[in-house]
Amino acid sequence: MTKVSMTVNGKPVSGVVEGRTLLSAFLREGLGLTGTHIGCDTSQCGACVVHVDGRAVKSCSIFAQEAAGATVTTIEGMANADGSLGAIQQAFQDHHGLQCGFCTPGMVMSSAALLAENPKPSEAEVRHYLEGNICRCTGYHNIVKAVMAASGQDVSAVAAE
Amino acid sequence: MPKDHGIGASSKRREDVRFLTGKGVYTDDLALHGEVHAVMVRSTVAHGSIKAVGTARAAGMPGVLAVFTGEDFAAVGGNPAGWLINSRDGTPMREPKRPVLAHGKVRHVGDAYAAVVAETYEQARDAAQAVSDDSEITELPAIVDMAAAVANPGNRVHDEIPDNLCFDWGWIEDNRAAVDAAIKAAPHVTTLELVNNRLVPNAMEPRASIGEYFPGTGDYKLTTTSQNPHLTRLLIAAFVMGIPENKLQVVAPDVGGGFGSKIYHYGEEAVVLAAAKKLARPVRWTAERSESFLSDAHGRDHVTKIELACEKDGTFIAFRTETLANVGAYLSNFSTATPTFLHGTLMAGPYKVPNVYVNVKTVFTNTAPVDAYRGAGRPEATFSLERVVDKMCRELGLDPFEVRRKNLITKDMFPYTTPVGLAYDTGDYQATLDKAIAMADVAGFEARRAASAAKGKLRGMGLSTWIEACGIAPSHLVGVLGSRVGLYDAATVRVNATGSISVMTGAHSHGQGHETVFAQIVADKLGIPESSVEIVHGDTAKIPFGMGSYGSRSLAVCGVAMAKAVDKIIAKGKKIAAHMLEAAEGDITFEDGKFAVAGTDKAKTFGEIAFSAYVPHNYPLETLEPGLEETSFYDPANFTYPAGAYLCEVEVDAETGKVDIAAFRCADDFGNIMNPMIVEGQVHGGVGQGIGQALLENTHYDENGQLLTGSFMDYAMPRADDVPFYNVDYSCQTPCTHNPLGVKGCGEAGAIGSPPAVVNAVIDALHRGGHSHVTHIDMPVSPSRVWSAING
Repeated sequence: MTKVSMTVNGKPVSGVVEGRTLLSAFLREGLGLTGTHIGCDTSQCGACVVHVDGRAVKSCSIFAQEAAGATVTTIEGMANADGSLGAIQQAFQDHHGLQCGFCTPGMVMSSAALLAENPKPSEAEVRHYLEGNICRCTGYHNIVKAVMAASGQDVSAVAAE
Repeated sequence: MPKDHGIGASSKRREDVRFLTGKGVYTDDLALHGEVHAVMVRSTVAHGSIKAVGTARAAGMPGVLAVFTGEDFAAVGGNPAGWLINSRDGTPMREPKRPVLAHGKVRHVGDAYAAVVAETYEQARDAAQAVSDDSEITELPAIVDMAAAVANPGNRVHDEIPDNLCFDWGWIEDNRAAVDAAIKAAPHVTTLELVNNRLVPNAMEPRASIGEYFPGTGDYKLTTTSQNPHLTRLLIAAFVMGIPENKLQVVAPDVGGGFGSKIYHYGEEAVVLAAAKKLARPVRWTAERSESFLSDAHGRDHVTKIELACEKDGTFIAFRTETLANVGAYLSNFSTATPTFLHGTLMAGPYKVPNVYVNVKTVFTNTAPVDAYRGAGRPEATFSLERVVDKMCRELGLDPFEVRRKNLITKDMFPYTTPVGLAYDTGDYQATLDKAIAMADVAGFEARRAASAAKGKLRGMGLSTWIEACGIAPSHLVGVLGSRVGLYDAATVRVNATGSISVMTGAHSHGQGHETVFAQIVADKLGIPESSVEIVHGDTAKIPFGMGSYGSRSLAVCGVAMAKAVDKIIAKGKKIAAHMLEAAEGDITFEDGKFAVAGTDKAKTFGEIAFSAYVPHNYPLETLEPGLEETSFYDPANFTYPAGAYLCEVEVDAETGKVDIAAFRCADDFGNIMNPMIVEGQVHGGVGQGIGQALLENTHYDENGQLLTGSFMDYAMPRADDVPFYNVDYSCQTPCTHNPLGVKGCGEAGAIGSPPAVVNAVIDALHRGGHSHVTHIDMPVSPSRVWSAING
């Protein structure tokens, strides 16, 4: 068992973990941050994506100890300071980019990473970037639309009839 | 102007805020004081005789608190099938016991035969591995292929069932001779043999259950990933464990998708309850995704031969189908209804075909149970019909648009009784077809095809005109058809003293947005803000009763129950208003949230009536009870019949066989629309799943019954870059005639209508590209299958 310390959503935190403890497990069970979801056991689904030092990481694919000293942001850290939804979160609500909500934390975290890298992504770029996040509910239409809207693009013509 | 609130408005979803901020509470998010962990021991062989379950070493391992085996549950009941289906000869279906944990034999890879409970998950898992290592299971030959299962009576999934047949069902048996004769005499018969591929539902949240037991009162609580907690409670109470219903609370909190797979009661739920009682501690179990693949009920898995008899001009004369339907190793709760009454009854489609006969043989195999998955029987019927219609058009050189138009039931023919036992109440199938054609710019297709050809791609267009039966179910009808329970639903509307409203609904929302839409309806009817209405769902302790959400029934059945309870509130409010305003009850009107005496300016607001209801001083108690809370149980008179026309355009790379969806257009008739944004989202999701079935997803068991597609690495889920933006239109609305909201249901349409549109488009592309020898490709239409078909 090892003590591990990091900054999560702006607060210094620490905990005692086994060598095999995944970052996802540390966040959920150690810190009670259950917004990070576990949807698979093969690092495919992307429901557990968080930011580690600004990069989108599937938190089930690294050990908690690998994030020692890092700055971690989870879905719980994405709202505005006053508690209102952040721009990407708001776009997901405005464009119905979520249904059951289970993949949503990972989708928002991946989308935020995309927009940090590429502030005005094309539809194809959004779809390609979100390949590692599986959603079973939405058929992705409104997720892609929400991400493009969050980037400031006009999506009113998307699939309009 | 679109409405900004109430019925018909695209109100933003209130539930989104918690989901977007990580504050949703799914079953696995709960952390309970003193909780311990259960891990299932699952069979690694498809078929085996259990000689010994090695529990001794595991029981002594660190942290282990209990080890359960099938023996521990041998005395309790089995998990039953909800529908009793009779074979053609009148004999009842074979219904082998489905135990909580396998006992005597294991019957599929992943069949749980023991469970370990330990202080930590890791300890439970280590001990479960020890049980697996120490158990003696003699492997038996696996029964995987349905045709072989029926043909080899000596090799049995269940020892008491010699031919592995659950039933041999005919629908309608009285049609059989006439259909046979019609096909024999017909000027043209098109025959198609096809596979409706087996799918894994893969809701993103894996199944999870937490059992609690309170020794002081003898109460149990089950928190579980369920689409219908009341049904789970009923099954556990009445069949599996015998716990009195008033001692068992079942809670389904936030649930991360269902698609059918979370309708059913699963053995793990009984295990965590039994373990909680034994240990007097909360016991939690959460499936790994690999366990979900092995043990969730799968979907589809039909092998069908369909024949279409017609005139040379394409006028339909009769359809005849023979289907082998896989139910897997055990009967899951809806497994016998799905291939029969949710499939055979839809086999006339939206067409005025004079006669239809459906035969379904349902087969036990050493695979995971198969049950309802989004669409449930209706996608199978639609795929068979829409593929054979297209094949017929090619054989006779007819236009698939015109052939469908000619055969569609016309709007002056409703109500329309089909030869397979349903009475469609209303529809306008030509309208949705016309709409789809307009949306798709069919006239411009040739130019788009030429543009694709210039890029070296083959372009094709595929149509599907579909119908479904939703809002399951009218209790009298499902009773006649074999359902062991009526399928009405219930709601309680409680007006609190200060005017806020709690609605307890039997529906369960696991993505559908009921918390928003149901509030819109109540607010609209009562003339109050949506924010005053709270929708309570998913808890048997709070809600009178309910059959839950599946079969696109939430709004058409549960929502109507709620609307009827609101009507009772208004009626009671009028009584109260009459008393307060000293007027006759018959003179009270209710409009825009105000109870008024007609023709006067005397009125009371809804809030004043609510307050009065709870703090009255002078009610005439013999005629007016205090309180403002009403419950309604609603049993619909008929199914609802959404219908539509879907048009898909694909580009096929003939060099690689890869298919890309270039465009997907949906013209749907869902009757009245409560929230357009949510309806569109439901269609998007269904179409995404349908494209997944058509192009990507397949569940493959090898000849030994090993699941080769047991993870997201091997099972191709649709990803964001596999699908396009979809065009969805719902402007063709023929309101349902027999429910007061005029709604039909929209949750499954996309998954029903889309697979044949995709496959028809691929075949069309190949034909236009000169590969006219290809008449059919089974789903998933993968690059290798397309390439092989072109070059085969």
